[in-house]
Amino acid sequence: MKICVCVKHVPDPNLPVQVDPATRRLIRDPKQSIIDPADEYGVETALRLVEEHGGEVVAVTMGPPAAEDALRRAMAMGADRAILVSDEALAGSDVLGTARALAAAIRPEQPDLVICATESTDAYTGLLPGALAGLLDLPQLTFARAVSVEGSTVTVQRATETGYQVIQATLPALVTVTASVGEPRYPSFKGLMAAKRKPIEVRDIAELGLEQHTVGEPGARERVLEISAVRQVKQGRIVVDDGTGESVEEILAFLRSIQVV
Amino acid sequence: MGERRVWVWTETAGDTPHRLSLELLTPARALGRAEAVLLGPAGESALQKLAEHGATIIHHADDPRYTQYLVEPQVATLSALIEAERPDLLLFPSTPGARDVLARLVGRLGVGAIANAVAVDYDPSGRLLATVPCGAETLATVTLEGPPPYLVQIRPKAYAAEAVGGEAEVRMVSVPLDEANCRVRVIETVEQPAAGPNLEDANVIVAGGRGLGRPENFRLLEELANALGGAVGASRAVVDAGWVPYSYQVGQTGRTVKPTLYIACGISGAIQHVAGMRGSRYVIAINRDPDAPIFELADLGVVGDVLTIVPKLTERIAAR
Ligand SMILES: Cc1cc2nc3c(=O)[nH]c(=O)nc-3n(C[C@H](O)[C@H](O)[C@H](O)COP(=O)(O)OP(=O)(O)OC[C@H]3O[C@@H](n4cnc5c(N)ncnc54)[C@H](O)[C@@H]3O)c2cc1C
Ligand SMILES: Nc1ncnc2c1ncn2[C@@H]1O[C@H](COP(=O)(O)O)[C@@H](O)[C@H]1O
Repeated sequence: MKICVCVKHVPDPNLPVQVDPATRRLIRDPKQSIIDPADEYGVETALRLVEEHGGEVVAVTMGPPAAEDALRRAMAMGADRAILVSDEALAGSDVLGTARALAAAIRPEQPDLVICATESTDAYTGLLPGALAGLLDLPQLTFARAVSVEGSTVTVQRATETGYQVIQATLPALVTVTASVGEPRYPSFKGLMAAKRKPIEVRDIAELGLEQHTVGEPGARERVLEISAVRQVKQGRIVVDDGTGESVEEILAFLRSIQVV
Repeated sequence: MGERRVWVWTETAGDTPHRLSLELLTPARALGRAEAVLLGPAGESALQKLAEHGATIIHHADDPRYTQYLVEPQVATLSALIEAERPDLLLFPSTPGARDVLARLVGRLGVGAIANAVAVDYDPSGRLLATVPCGAETLATVTLEGPPPYLVQIRPKAYAAEAVGGEAEVRMVSVPLDEANCRVRVIETVEQPAAGPNLEDANVIVAGGRGLGRPENFRLLEELANALGGAVGASRAVVDAGWVPYSYQVGQTGRTVKPTLYIACGISGAIQHVAGMRGSRYVIAINRDPDAPIFELADLGVVGDVLTIVPKLTERIAAR
């Protein structure tokens, strides 16, 4: 079976978020960006399914040329090849524009399964996978804690607020995975070396048959008007505990004043 | 221009509407005529509850297939309803089911959407404004352009549910359900007894961080929380360390909480943690480090050892 797995190149989540005040966009320093850790679970799921059933894993991303890095990582883990959707004209895409671009790249592949993470670590809207499933007209099986395929049926344990559901559909389908599907593997040295030679196809909007007004800044319906800081500093009372129990009395007095006790 | 029509996507939990949908009726009422959309079987009391919270029209379909099949039947029917009725704004709660429906609608209708909003409003010129946290320390004001409907998903606790009383007209949805859309079948639904604390409803939250030193010390927080009738929360550092399950985690990637009182014990106050508890009415912080950032948002800060202060406090409260 053929699996397309979406991976996103995101600013390293361990570094503070920076917003450019002029463009009001996230500052995405490619040198400080990595494959979205959430997407490594998707790559892992795809690799396990192909190990079991045979087939091919194709990693797909939309981003600037540097996003190639996320694809190399997916290939180092074991993906066979990759598609990089990249075009100046895609800058400023909102969820719909991104979904259109990824759909255009994925459609000709005719995959049995498309895998995404539940939400990205930088945008965490979680809207892209459903939008993509809508455009590709694939059934969507989301919030997967476990994914299995038997014949042409995909079965997912879908996490809910109060437990989980077992859900099923016939392939082709789109699945979103959570971190419960199983720890992603580390690329081996061999994997890292092999990834350097694996092919990446780069596609621009003309090759994908996309019109400029449907993607990128011109196609975006969502506009950021303003960014403001929310750092708030309360001028609260600070007491230093000196071991006499005085501070405990302070806390009690405060609890009484707000009628918690 | 007539009155704005604001639709709230509604799911049911047992025989009551999901509490997050009830929360969304509050902004819906403020922005125009509040209407609820409820697909799937629901009891009289659920419809009653929606009316009480300000829904004036309830678009309802009781076909059981809406619970037996996920997403596509809901999206098909909602698309048809939108087409026919042309609401201005649709509000979706932050539930997995609502997100699925919202996301697919974006692709099917080719419209824009805003996720994770903590506030929604219109400016005097009629432009939609949504407030969305971006990163832990900044808020973005975002709008949607082009023709309505606008789709906005709202975070839990952004608004308080208000029972204002009232009557609703229940309109049975007549859109036929197409079998071709019944592709994702629910085979089994497993309810797992709620593991962990009920942080959403707690009036007092006693939260612990790495400053507790060892997992066993969480017992001290349980005892204090019991004495105060509250729940226990945690920072991600201790969740990652495996001291307590993920359901305890407060913050950007955990729960968003808004208790009356939040007692932060041995928590440094990293921006990602603060993002989840900033809305607390009062904050008490206990931390050994006088420069810990958590003190910046404390109404009362105690510089000292959490392991000695917390048991003494519990004892004093219990002794009353
Ligand atoms: C993308 C991303 C998302 C994140 N999401 C979250 C999230 O949702 N929630 C979250 O909490 N974190 C989150 N984090 C992690 C966050 O950045 C911090 O690492 C974490 O909150 C720190 O936890 P802590 O305060 O328990 O530990 P520390 O930062 O280690 O602080 C421990 C504190 O305890 C104090 N202390 C030590 N001993 C004592 C004592 N005996 N008595 C009193 N005080 C003592 C110390 O002075 C210190 O201030 C996220 C990080 C990233 C990168
Ligand atoms: N630009 C992108 N390229 C590839 N995959 C993406 C992109 N944006 C989002 N995704 C996928 O969709 C998931 C959810 O993203 P989001 O809707 O942004 O939270 C991500 O974890 C990825 O799997």
